[in-house]
Amino acid sequence: MILGLVAVCAPLADACLSRGMTKLPAISLSHPATLVIAVFTPWITLGIALLIGFFASYLTALSWADLTYVLPATAFGNVIVALLSRFWLQETISLERWAGIVLITVGVGFVARGPSLTVRPAPVVGEERPR
Amino acid sequence: MTIPSLATHPGLWTAAAMIAAIVLCSTAGEVLTAAAMKSVGDLDEIRAHSGLKGAIRAVLTCPLFFAGVGFLALAFFSLLLALNHLNLSLVAPASASLTLVTNAIAGKLFLKENVDRRRWTAAVLVCIGVYLLAH
Repeated sequence: MILGLVAVCAPLADACLSRGMTKLPAISLSHPATLVIAVFTPWITLGIALLIGFFASYLTALSWADLTYVLPATAFGNVIVALLSRFWLQETISLERWAGIVLITVGVGFVARGPSLTVRPAPVVGEERPR
Repeated sequence: MTIPSLATHPGLWTAAAMIAAIVLCSTAGEVLTAAAMKSVGDLDEIRAHSGLKGAIRAVLTCPLFFAGVGFLALAFFSLLLALNHLNLSLVAPASASLTLVTNAIAGKLFLKENVDRRRWTAAVLVCIGVYLLAH
């Protein structure tokens, strides 16, 4: 559930940010303040709201799983980004990019099948304490 | 300083620099945030004992968390800048995937996580995937 929220909120937020930023005129590095102004446009605001939902879920997941497990396990969002880019933002995705996305997904599958948390050596237990 | 060429067709190196900025800031932010959350403990358990306010207080009283958020904010503004010049279908998967690889390295080095052969294999697959994405 938590990992699912991380995977869904992040690509939706990226799509909103992209939609908002492409509607703006090109931003130059000499005027960084325009990036701050962009934050208050509707699509960027919606993107930020989704990012807050993502971040809350992400922090919860990090409190009980390894970083190197949480990130790959939620990288299925790349596939969602590709679908959003193709069908919502009308971007063209070449065959090579689709192949890249498939490879990334296979890599993610490798990681996700492993343990979620690094097991630390624990003190020996099992012996009865003297009463 | 203005970079006129950026506004229309960013070159390969410019695009790489934009993505690299996102990746480096994200990695630093995520490693610091992960370290903070490990020091805080299981948020589900804290919420069960102390409620939502207790869980929020536990997170907000951890200095490492704010260091992580600072780097994540830098990564966010780097992302906004990149999205202004590059396609989402390149920026989002490329930065997310490369961050996966740099996080595997940083997780092993700084967080002492068990990054086994399975995770390294995944990192190689992701690298090839990113190469294909850039074409």
